[in-house]
Amino acid sequence: MKSEADARGMFGPYGGRFVPEMLVAALDELIEASGRILADPKYNAELDGLLRDYAGRPTPLTYADRLTRELGGARIYLKREDLAHTGAHKINNVLGQALLARHMGKKRIIAETGAGQHGVASATAAALLGLECEIYMGAEDVRRQALNVFRMELLGARCIPVTSGSQTLKDAINEAMRDWVTNVESTYYCIGSVMGPHPYPTLVRNFQRVIGIEAREQCLRAEGRLPDVLVACVGGGSNAIGLFHPFVEDEGVRLIGVEPGGEGLQSGRHGATLAVGVPGIFHGKRTLVLSDDDGQIFPAHSVSAGLDYPGVGPEHAYLKEIGRAEYVVATDDEAIEAFQRLSRSEGIIPALESAHAIAHVLRLAPTLPRDSILVVNVSGRGDKDVDEVRKILAARKRGAN
Amino acid sequence: MAEREIGQSKSGEGARPGSGRIGRRFAALRARGERALVPFLTAGDPDLETTEALVLAMAEAGADIIELGVPFSDPTAEGPTIQRSSSRALARGTSLRSILRLVARLRERVEQPLVLMGYANPIHAMGAEPFAKAAHEVGVDGIIIPDLPPEDGKPWLDPCRALGIDPILLAAPTTPPERLAMLLRETRGFLYAVSLQGVTGARATISAGIEAQVRLAKTMSDMPICVGFGVSTPEQAGRIGRYADGVVVGSAIVDRIEKASSKAAAIDDVARFIAELKAPLKGA
Repeated sequence: MKSEADARGMFGPYGGRFVPEMLVAALDELIEASGRILADPKYNAELDGLLRDYAGRPTPLTYADRLTRELGGARIYLKREDLAHTGAHKINNVLGQALLARHMGKKRIIAETGAGQHGVASATAAALLGLECEIYMGAEDVRRQALNVFRMELLGARCIPVTSGSQTLKDAINEAMRDWVTNVESTYYCIGSVMGPHPYPTLVRNFQRVIGIEAREQCLRAEGRLPDVLVACVGGGSNAIGLFHPFVEDEGVRLIGVEPGGEGLQSGRHGATLAVGVPGIFHGKRTLVLSDDDGQIFPAHSVSAGLDYPGVGPEHAYLKEIGRAEYVVATDDEAIEAFQRLSRSEGIIPALESAHAIAHVLRLAPTLPRDSILVVNVSGRGDKDVDEVRKILAARKRGAN
Repeated sequence: MAEREIGQSKSGEGARPGSGRIGRRFAALRARGERALVPFLTAGDPDLETTEALVLAMAEAGADIIELGVPFSDPTAEGPTIQRSSSRALARGTSLRSILRLVARLRERVEQPLVLMGYANPIHAMGAEPFAKAAHEVGVDGIIIPDLPPEDGKPWLDPCRALGIDPILLAAPTTPPERLAMLLRETRGFLYAVSLQGVTGARATISAGIEAQVRLAKTMSDMPICVGFGVSTPEQAGRIGRYADGVVVGSAIVDRIEKASSKAAAIDDVARFIAELKAPLKGA
């Protein structure tokens, strides 16, 4: 079993290129240029050097000894993307894309961001490579993530608050696409996840595959065999596909994506696109989306802004359809519980996004044999979420009194 | 794979205006030496009743083809003016189905071609065949769906084409000549030449490059070509009318509807504006 898009960027019925004519030439240019540049050994040597000497790769695969013993089931390994520069896996993608932009002769990159992680990573890569950088961020998210806005500014980028629509990630993507349409000659659009029109889902996945390639080698070294289960959170789905993809052909390896269940699927306030979404055309691709009967997209909800997206990468929709990957849900409450649990058991504060994956591990690991091996992607560190979680826990305490 | 290829039209079929209401309109305009005025407004902004009255007033005042915008939650090719009007229309509960019912009412009273312009997902949600059938039944003459380019959009565009609804394609300033030729073969009714690299919205000046592109297209095909995006004054319309078959005006109309002090004032103002825009497009 393989998971590759066809020449038109279709993963089965998902993916493709659903964009206004104004972007077709730019996407053709990107397909041609990325095909040429990514095959160039000079580009690859440069990128490998940056990933190693700047981003800190390879990231460790840490055996979670205490958590494993507490849960009493599978041997749990943590893939430590939280230790990559800027604190999340996002850097893998932006270094690849920003370097590509420079090789294409673009002087300016733009990006969208939800929680601000991809914005900070993009601003970082732009500073490193001497590119002008502007970040679109929903006005609502700008208020919630003031510290990340300041980080981007420190790094020399400009953060543009988006006041249209629901003022969150999806609207930031709309605005970034409008900017790209307008400035397509000078500007490279650095998409933050495995979404958007072809070739982005494949391009971003290939930059994130490093996670799975390393985890595979590291697991073989530590255990002498492949893992039985991989677990990762899914918003757009880049950290999950990065971990999963090098294992897709190893059919004995279970692939489990964990979506944000928000306040519960019944509440309607969630981001569980794979669980309850319907096929639709959104942000340049055909995929599963959260939409009403009239085809209007409705805003996703999650306690973690990075999972707050009403669509999903088309390759995940495909892996679900062919039954190669499973997708489950963890609620806000379960994620907050897991956030605290990993902090106390292993001394690692995970990002709230990654805490969704941990939440599923807490449920799953005890049901698995003791000699089975589980690898979970700690896609980012939780420093950015500490204040939010503190407020939530304080509010709960008040509620209990 | 074959069905993913672009529909191979019988040779040259796409090079002529279609035989539908849009094609007949252009044939009549050409016979009179006129250019088409193609106004756009968002259906349901401020409500569908007012849209109905606005369309009747525009038809009376000189509009040749009328574009009804189908509002979408995430209109990525639109500037702020049409974004706001889409939000207002959605807040009123406007849906693709209610717009189709509006078309059915208008069809009895308006002889001009009626074109729906919107995004793919509402059509996707209804289903390609059910949409085409419903649109055909109420008398929709054409559709403009920016995020359905001819290759990937084929499964949704073909059922419309089969029922005589013209899928009107866009061309951009960055469209290379060989792709322009393909778009001219694939489009029906007319080709919508986007005047600028950007989103919709009134602009003070229209870029010079569009004239060269329209003139190039004219050497390739007899297909009528309308220029849109950014057109907001009768002077701009008149200049475009010297080389193109028609002019699309959207945001400048939506802006008048937004700013009018009352619904009656909006209707008066838009009707006056349509007459002003049409004047320089009438034959010499």
